[in-house]
Amino acid sequence: MSDHDHDDHGVSRRRVLECMTWAGTGVLWTLSGGVPRSLGLVDAARAAEQQASGLTFLQISDSHVGFDKPANPNAIGTLEEAVNRIKAMPVKPSFMIHTGDISHLSKAAEFDDADRIISQSRLDVHYVPGEHDFLDEDVKLYKERYGKGSRGAGWYSFDANGVHFIGLVNVVDLKAGGLGNLGAEQLAWLEQDLKGRSRSTPIVVFAHIPLWTVYPQWGWGTEDGGRALDTLKGFGSVTVLNGHIHQVMQKVEGNVTFHTARSTAFPQPAPGTAASPGPMKVEDTRLRSLLGIASIDFKVGDERLAIIDTPLAG
Amino acid sequence: MIQSVIRGASLAAVLLLVATPLRAETIKVTIDNFTFTPAEVTVKVGDTVTWTNHDDIPHTVVSAGKYRSKALDSDDSFSFTFAAAGDYKYFCSLHPHMTGVVKVE
Repeated sequence: MSDHDHDDHGVSRRRVLECMTWAGTGVLWTLSGGVPRSLGLVDAARAAEQQASGLTFLQISDSHVGFDKPANPNAIGTLEEAVNRIKAMPVKPSFMIHTGDISHLSKAAEFDDADRIISQSRLDVHYVPGEHDFLDEDVKLYKERYGKGSRGAGWYSFDANGVHFIGLVNVVDLKAGGLGNLGAEQLAWLEQDLKGRSRSTPIVVFAHIPLWTVYPQWGWGTEDGGRALDTLKGFGSVTVLNGHIHQVMQKVEGNVTFHTARSTAFPQPAPGTAASPGPMKVEDTRLRSLLGIASIDFKVGDERLAIIDTPLAG
Repeated sequence: MIQSVIRGASLAAVLLLVATPLRAETIKVTIDNFTFTPAEVTVKVGDTVTWTNHDDIPHTVVSAGKYRSKALDSDDSFSFTFAAAGDYKYFCSLHPHMTGVVKVE
């Protein structure tokens, strides 16, 4: 990514496509002293080497359990495939984060199915909600199942191996014409949460909708995401992990690394390449190359970070 | 006698028509490709607007403080009858870049 000079005003479509081509087949990249450098295409040995020490955790996203439309009539099946890949990993990750849209319509049966499948990974899972997880009439199922110990609509933080993890919610109280929204209460909590923390603490922020502006015409961004990032200024290593856009996208801005994960359910088009961001129907043989999971590796003390995106196939 | 009853009934029917100057209508708005079409409709007081979602993704129709649909899955509809004049701006609370307005005259 070092030779992809993203400007502050967003990412041009050509750039996005370049990055996606570059990222799509599974790349490994590191962040060392705030300077990103690409390690090129991953081979299995190198990936294993990266995972041999430090903290490795997984990200899955956008399971959309209950989705059965032409873009993928069997979203449950592809989630099972993703979990099977996790079970087959040579080195067991420490835990998993799920960046939202667990269910498609927030039905109890959809959450049940998701839990039944994801629990087979035998990993602790830290969830944040997507907008599809708050669709039940009383807006209570997500909170009941995943919100234990969280604040507000479901935000929280925790520590693992010296890394501070912050799960944020940017899918509630959205304003007409706007983007994702964190809100004043959550931003105030974030400030408190970071207060007094050593600036050398590696920070991982995860939320459903991208915190950076990917493509506002499709709502792909967070209205007050910049305010959250201001709070994180001064920290030497910040990694922001999101879902929502069902494709891999990466951006590095100073000390902040942004990354979005693939969905396990269905792909969405690259920004501006279709009439809408709706589910993208591709040939059956291509579908699994556009779905997948991400593995994130920290070499503690090294301030190094690597993200490996693995498609379900291809 | 019978004739006058019939005449009376016809008169009542005519009066009823006069008392209801315009029949309330139902206006359709579709949701395709994350867009309300038409994005702006003008209706009369008493008219009903019905939104139907044709996308593979659920949407909502929310007019702050006025009306709020549940999540509309594919081919689900939501209707609201407008009892008072005014501009009713609305949006999809899941995809807030989707906006529209119902103007009630």
